[in-house]
Amino acid sequence: MATTADHLQAHDDGHAHHDHDHKPGFFARWFMSTNHKDIGTLYLIFAVFAGVIGGAISGLMRLELAHPGIQYLGKIATFFGAVNPTFDQTLHTWNALISAHGLIMVFFMVMPAMIGGFGNWFVPLMIGAPDMAFPRMNNISFWLTFAGFCSLMASAFLPGGTGIGAGTGWTVYAPLSTSGSPGPSVDFAIFALHLAGAGSIMGAINFITTIFNMRAPGMTLHKMPLFVWSELVTAFLLLLSLPVLAAAITMLITDRNFGTTFFDQAGGGDPVLYQHLFWFFGHPEVYIMILPGFGMVSQIVSTFSKKPVFGYLGMAYAMVAIGVVGFVVWAHHMYTTGLSVNTKMYFTAATMVIAVPTGIKIFSWIATMWGGSLEFKSPLVWAMGMIFLFTVGGVTGVVLSNGGVDDVLHDTYYVVAHFHYVLSMGAVFSIFAGFYYWFPKMSGRMHSEFLAHVHFWLTFIGVNIIFFPQHFLGLQGMPRRIPDYTPAYEKWNALSTEWGYSIVGVGVIVFFLNIGWSLVAGKKAEGNYWGPHANTLEWTLSSPPPFHQYETLPVIDDKAHH
Amino acid sequence: MADNRNRNVGLTALAGALFMLGLGFASVPLYRMFCEATGFGGTTQRVGEAQAATIRALDKTVSIRFDANIERGMAWQFRPESNRDKVQLGGRHMAIFLAKNLSDKPLTGRASFNVEPEQTGRYFNKIQCFCFTEQTLQPGQEVRMPVIYFVDPKMLNDPDARDVEEITLSYTFHPIADQASKALDRTRVGG
Repeated sequence: MATTADHLQAHDDGHAHHDHDHKPGFFARWFMSTNHKDIGTLYLIFAVFAGVIGGAISGLMRLELAHPGIQYLGKIATFFGAVNPTFDQTLHTWNALISAHGLIMVFFMVMPAMIGGFGNWFVPLMIGAPDMAFPRMNNISFWLTFAGFCSLMASAFLPGGTGIGAGTGWTVYAPLSTSGSPGPSVDFAIFALHLAGAGSIMGAINFITTIFNMRAPGMTLHKMPLFVWSELVTAFLLLLSLPVLAAAITMLITDRNFGTTFFDQAGGGDPVLYQHLFWFFGHPEVYIMILPGFGMVSQIVSTFSKKPVFGYLGMAYAMVAIGVVGFVVWAHHMYTTGLSVNTKMYFTAATMVIAVPTGIKIFSWIATMWGGSLEFKSPLVWAMGMIFLFTVGGVTGVVLSNGGVDDVLHDTYYVVAHFHYVLSMGAVFSIFAGFYYWFPKMSGRMHSEFLAHVHFWLTFIGVNIIFFPQHFLGLQGMPRRIPDYTPAYEKWNALSTEWGYSIVGVGVIVFFLNIGWSLVAGKKAEGNYWGPHANTLEWTLSSPPPFHQYETLPVIDDKAHH
Repeated sequence: MADNRNRNVGLTALAGALFMLGLGFASVPLYRMFCEATGFGGTTQRVGEAQAATIRALDKTVSIRFDANIERGMAWQFRPESNRDKVQLGGRHMAIFLAKNLSDKPLTGRASFNVEPEQTGRYFNKIQCFCFTEQTLQPGQEVRMPVIYFVDPKMLNDPDARDVEEITLSYTFHPIADQASKALDRTRVGG
């Protein structure tokens, strides 16, 4: 990797009770925190909490989809406050569920875990910085995200037009989200995006400043660990894409409440403009959700292959390339809105180009493992799972990138299968890989490797049973966003729910058992429990690291290899 | 010193975010200009008499279909006088649309429009159109509203548009409240 740690000043155990390690009281520590590690912990706890809610919602959806007909939506509508819901109100509940699931998983699970959680924890540790550049802004970022989540939860119980809750999808397209959804619910959902977006923009400014200004002496950009590179690219994507979403949804709010017609044909506006703005944000957003995962997988594969990562510079600039090209491919989400042949050709070609830097990354991970002395610890197993499943999702992505093919597959379950392979497998597997890699570093307690492996196998088998059949369903024409279907689709749907979801559910229980067990009875973790090939700066510190680290800045040797 | 460096980078990043926020809002007029210039999404062109006089008609013809709609709940009747016309490329033609106010109070409407297939938008030129202005109909009043247009023969040089045999010209009338009408005149797209 980019740095070697063995000759650095060690801050291992025994330093843990120095004066500078004084911690504030409970309330001040957790509610007014300016410490990057505490804020990272808050983000991770929050992400787990939001993930459980988002996952439970997907359970309700799988339950309804297990068999044709409408079985459970009426009860769910009643739970959210509908009184004797009509058929339309019952179906509206479906729209509310898919919207909430998407928004929670994107903005309140994956992003807080990858950027707020692991980013906050390990970017300063890995570059040898005492904390983030703007610690108090860091605190605001977290609580804005939390407030956004509360706003989204409130929206689920408020009238949203046809029924209870915001039934707009995570894309919040006009005119469904404007004239199609009167009532306060959609306003609350949009406000949730404002809050979470503001928090993320502040976080991005914080990361950029920290990484540019606060690297330890001698750590040039080209010696930075790849995880830090991934967070830097992610921060730039956030900084440049989220404000566009903010502008778009602000215009939605004024269209809804103040009589403007930005997206209303009647007043000279155009609803398709909203789609352009949304996806100008939305496509970089999907890389925002996976790039930190790329970074974590790079660290992990290198550590457990006992080799530096293959092609360090290629790996770093592949991420930069993915970030840059990610800004000019947005209309591949809009092939069916009536784009000209030439426009479609451009977006098809540009989208396919992204497979090149992505291929470089996958090739380099495999090349890192090739001939390495592999040690199948849980983080490596999760990382390898990520590499495999993300590649599957990447291949279906190349299929969908064809404007002509997408005319057929658009809005079918093939698309659902595709983006769950890259997100609920690619992103989530890298989150768990990072979690098992760093959990003992963060908590000071070793987790059970056995349970971590059980968790992996249950999740790996379960998610494939859930999502692989959805490729078949999509190719056969099953539309997404619809709670009912013809009985011809029943077999795969029943399998997906009854086996797939249940197996993943057991996996989640194993995950919580593992955390609980390790916090109660886990072995105390050493400073560097993965051995000498875990050689980035965080491994020079104790586990958990002191409350304030690097009072003396580490110095990176010129001769340090990549 | 370190604090100043952080402030500079942080403020630069903030400026970047604010620039993108501005670009998000600026996209509304930019998108309109883009559609007008390229005919994107079937946006038709608006030309003056002088420019229209320079176009010479060809023998080749194209069929024009007329489509008339009203926004849901608007108490108007709105239809084309004839459903279809066969016109010479470059030749100046007039189509008549009929509108009637079915309610017992005056109603003002404004028509949105485009053509399909969308790649013909940049070649579809309107010299005069009822859609350039608002239309107010008294209770029960019926009017004949003209559109004077021509299809630019340059269409034959465009590989994506030259094989088009029929262009659909579509209008949708939207009711407008009086106070909103002034703002509308500024935001109108194309012609």
